[in-house]
Amino acid sequence: MTIRARVTGAFLAAVLSTTAFNGAFAAEDTIKVGILHSLSGTMAISETTLKDAMLMLIEEQNKKGGLLGKKLEAVVVDPASDWPLFAEKARELISVDKVSAVFGCWTSVSRKSVLPVFEELNSILFYPVQYEGEESQRNVFYTGAAPNQQAIPAVDYLMENEEVERWVLAGTDYVYPRTTNKILEAYLIAKGVKPEDIMINYTPFGHSDWQTIVSDIKKFGSAGKKTAVVSTINGDANVPFYKELANQGIKAEDIPVVAFSVGEEELAGLDTGPLVGHLAAWNYFQSVDNPTNAEFIETWKAYTKNDKRVTNDPMEAHYIGFNMWLKAVEKAGTTDTDAVLDAMIGISVPNLSGGYSTMMPNHHITKPVLIGEIQSDGQFETVWETPGLVVGDEWSDYLPDSKDLISDWRAPMSCGNFNVATGKCGGKGS
Amino acid sequence: MYRIIQSVLVALLLLAAVPTGLRAEDGLRDLVNALGEAKLSEVDEHIAALAKTGDPKVVPVLEALGEGNLYARKADGQVFLTKESGSNLTLTDPVSGESAGEAPKASLSKVKVNNSVRRAVRTALGSLTLLSPDRNARLKAVQSVLQSPNADALGAIENALAAEKDGEVRAMLEQARATTLIISDRPTEEKKEAVRLLKENGGREALSILSSALGSADETLKPDIEAALASIEQTQALWAAGQNVWYGLSLGSVLLLAAIGLAITFGVMGIINMAHGEMVMLGAYTTFLVQEVLRTSFPALFDWSLAIALPLAFIVTGTVGLAMERGVIRFLYGRPLETLLATWGISLILQQSVRSIFGPTNREVGNPSWMSGAFELGGLTITWNRLWIIVFALAVFAGLLFLLKKTPMGLQMRAVTQNRRMASSMGIRTPWVDALTFALGSGIAGMAGVALSQIDNVSPNLGQGYIIDSFMVVVFGGVGNLWGTLVGAFSLGILNKFLEPYAGAVLGKILVLVLIILFIQKRPRGLFALKGRAVEA
Repeated sequence: MTIRARVTGAFLAAVLSTTAFNGAFAAEDTIKVGILHSLSGTMAISETTLKDAMLMLIEEQNKKGGLLGKKLEAVVVDPASDWPLFAEKARELISVDKVSAVFGCWTSVSRKSVLPVFEELNSILFYPVQYEGEESQRNVFYTGAAPNQQAIPAVDYLMENEEVERWVLAGTDYVYPRTTNKILEAYLIAKGVKPEDIMINYTPFGHSDWQTIVSDIKKFGSAGKKTAVVSTINGDANVPFYKELANQGIKAEDIPVVAFSVGEEELAGLDTGPLVGHLAAWNYFQSVDNPTNAEFIETWKAYTKNDKRVTNDPMEAHYIGFNMWLKAVEKAGTTDTDAVLDAMIGISVPNLSGGYSTMMPNHHITKPVLIGEIQSDGQFETVWETPGLVVGDEWSDYLPDSKDLISDWRAPMSCGNFNVATGKCGGKGS
Repeated sequence: MYRIIQSVLVALLLLAAVPTGLRAEDGLRDLVNALGEAKLSEVDEHIAALAKTGDPKVVPVLEALGEGNLYARKADGQVFLTKESGSNLTLTDPVSGESAGEAPKASLSKVKVNNSVRRAVRTALGSLTLLSPDRNARLKAVQSVLQSPNADALGAIENALAAEKDGEVRAMLEQARATTLIISDRPTEEKKEAVRLLKENGGREALSILSSALGSADETLKPDIEAALASIEQTQALWAAGQNVWYGLSLGSVLLLAAIGLAITFGVMGIINMAHGEMVMLGAYTTFLVQEVLRTSFPALFDWSLAIALPLAFIVTGTVGLAMERGVIRFLYGRPLETLLATWGISLILQQSVRSIFGPTNREVGNPSWMSGAFELGGLTITWNRLWIIVFALAVFAGLLFLLKKTPMGLQMRAVTQNRRMASSMGIRTPWVDALTFALGSGIAGMAGVALSQIDNVSPNLGQGYIIDSFMVVVFGGVGNLWGTLVGAFSLGILNKFLEPYAGAVLGKILVLVLIILFIQKRPRGLFALKGRAVEA
C-alpha cells in the first residue's frame, strides 16, 4: 500500500467511525444492552455469572425474535472490581456504545459510583443484588431485595420458629452490612430485645482468620439463651468462616447462622456436610420446584454446557429485570429513556419462585421471601416463606432519619425522597 | 344439607380408619408413615411418640430422618429409609429392615427436616441410645443429652449411670445427670449437690445451663449457683488468655507459611516478587486437582490427598518459578522498580489464566478426616487443621534451614547472594544458582498453598490476601534472615490475636500496621538485621 492509499484509508475509516458514532447507519439494526459486571478482580467471583446469565437471556430473546423487530446486542465491559472504573465504563457504555439500558453492579459502592453518571446522561440501570436500601433513584431499578424483603423476615423467622433471644450481627466492614445491621439492631430493640443480648462484629474484606470471632460467638451463645448469628459477611470471607464454624463444632441445631450473602454459588466451593441446617434468606432458591424455574435451570445448564452450574438469587433478579425492561420497551414502543422509565412502573412479569413480580412506583419490586436450610448437596431447602409478596421498602421504617421518607416516581410527585412530615421533596440521600 | 351429610360421612369414615390403623399388626409402621404426612411443625410430636415406644427399630429411622434420608412414596404414603444410588434411591423398609428395591427419586418425596426437627431427633436418640452396647454410641448419646438437656430424660440417665462401667462415659453421664437435675423438679438438696459438681467440672455447657437455671431457681439455691457461675467464669477467663496465645500461634504459623517462600526470593535474593501470592494460589489449585482425580478414581486414597499434593505442588510452582526467573527476572537484576512491575504483571496474568481455566468461583477442597473437627485440652478448643498447620509450618522451616545451612546447594546459594563475583570466580555457576534459589522459594510457596487450601478458599484471588502480610512479616523480621521471619510471623500473629478481642478485627489489623511502621522507623532493617557485606548487595 502506498502512503497515499494509507492516508485515504485512514481518512475513510475516520469518516466511517464518526458516522457510526452519530448513528447514521449500523447502529439502527440492533438495540444495544450494556452489561457492567466485573470479570476480573475480587468481585469476579460473583459477577462473572451474572454476565453469563445476561448473555443467555439476550440470546434467548433473540431466538424469540428480538425486541421491536430488532435484534438485541450485548455490550460487555469489564470494570475489574475497581469502583471508579465502574463510573468510567458506565459513561463509555452510554455515550460511546449508545446502549438503551445497563444491567450491572454488585457492591453498593460500585452502584454509588455510577449513580451520577446515569443521572447525568439519563440512562437506565438495573441493579440485581440485595442491598441496604436508603436510596431510590430515578434512573435505577432495584430488582434485588431491600432489607424488609430479606433481613427483617429472616429475623422474624428465627424469633418465631427457633425462639432466638440473643443475636450476633456479624458482617464485613462496608456500607451494606453496616446499614443493614443498624436497621436490624433498631428492629430487634423495638421487638424488646435487650441491648446486651446483641453483639455486633465487623471484619475486613477477605478476612481469613475466624478463630477468635467464632470462639467469641460460642462464648456469647453459652449464656443460657438461644443464640443465632445474622451474617452479612460478604464474598470470599465466607468460606473460612464456615470452615471454622464446622471445625469448632458449632451446629445449626445449637447456634444457627442465617446469611444474606451466601447463595448456591458461594456454597459450590465448600463441603456443606457439616453445615446442614444453617440458613439463608433469599427471594429465590435453585431448589424451588415449579415449571418456569425448571426451564430456566435447564436453559442455563445448556447455555453454560456445564451440568453442575448452579443458579442463584441475583440471576433471578436479572431475569425479572430483563423481562420487565422488554415489556416496558414494547409498551412504550421505543427504547427512549424517559418513555421507558414511565412505562416500567406497574409492569408485572413472572418470577422464578412461582409467582409474579411487579415494579412499584419506588423503583423496587414485589417478591416472596424464602428461608432455606443448607443441605448436604450444596442446595437450599425452603423451610419457610412469606404467605404473599413483599413490597420493597426503600426507606427503612426503623431508622429515625428515614422513617418519614417515601419514594414515588410517578408524576406529579416524581420524587425519590419525599418527606411526609414536612411535605417536601428532599431530605436524606438527596 | 347435602354438604353436611357428606362431611358427616367423611368423619365417620375417618373414625373407622383410625381404629383399623391401630388394630394393624404393627403400630410402629403407622407412626413412621405418619412422619411422611406431617407438617414441619407437627413432626416434633411424632418423634416424641416414636421415642416413647422405646423400640430399638426406631433408632435407624430417627437417624435417617435427621440426615434427611427418609422418603415417603408418593403412591401410597409408605415411608422408607433410603440411600442414594445414581438417580435412584435404594429403599429399606423401616420396620422389617429388609430391602424394598429401588425407586426413581421423582416417585418419592422427602420427609422435610429443619433445625427444630433435628434437635428433637437428637434429644430422642440421646435417651434411646444411652444403653446401647456400643461404647461410642453411648458416648455420642451422652454428648447429645448434655447439649440439649431435657428434664424428662433424667430417669433414663440415672438408669444408664447405674449400668455404666466405662470411666469416661460415666464421668460424662455424671455431668449430664447434674445438668438435667438442675432443670428438673428434684429437691433442692440434690440440686445443690449437682451445682457443686458442675462448678468443679466447669465448661461452657455448665455455664449455659447454670445461667439459664438462675432465673427460675429458688432462693436457697441462688447463692450456690451464683458462686458456681463466678468460679467457672474465672477459670474460663484464664483459659481464654491461653486460647488467645494458641490462636496467635496458629495465625503466626499461617503467616510463616505464606512468608517463608518470600523470605527466600525477597529476603535472600532481594527480588521484590509480587507474584509470590500467585505461587501460593497455584499450590492450592494443585491440591484441588489432586483431590478431583482422587475423588473420581481412587476415593479410598482421599485422606492421603494432601501428602500426594505436597510434592506435586512443589514441582508445579517450582517449575513456574524457574520459568519466571529464566524468562523475565534474570534480565532485571539490580532494577527493583522494573522487577516489581514485571512480577506484578505476571501475577495478573497468572490470576486471569487460572480464572479462565477453572472459572472465577471458589473450588471445593475437602479436609481429610484427620484435619477435621476439634478436641478439648483442658479449657482450650484446638482444631485439628490448625494444629497440623503449625506442625507443617515448623517442619518446612526446619527443612529449609537445614537446606540452607547444611547442604552444598545451600552453601552455594548463600555464597552467591553474599558475594556474587567472588562466588563466580570460585567456579559456582551463579545464574543457575539464582534460578534454583528462585525456584526453591516458589516451590515452598506452592507447598504453603497446599496447607492454606485447608483453611481458606481456593479462588484466583487467594494469593492477593497473603502478599501484603508476607512482605510485612519478612520486612518486620529482618530481610535476609530466616529466624527473623519465624519470630516475626509468630509475634505478629500473637500481637494480632491479643488486639483483636479489644479492638475488633478491623481496628486490630490497622493497629498492627501502625505498630510495624513505627517499628521500622526505629529499626529500618527489622528485628534481626543482617550485618556485613550482604547488606550492600
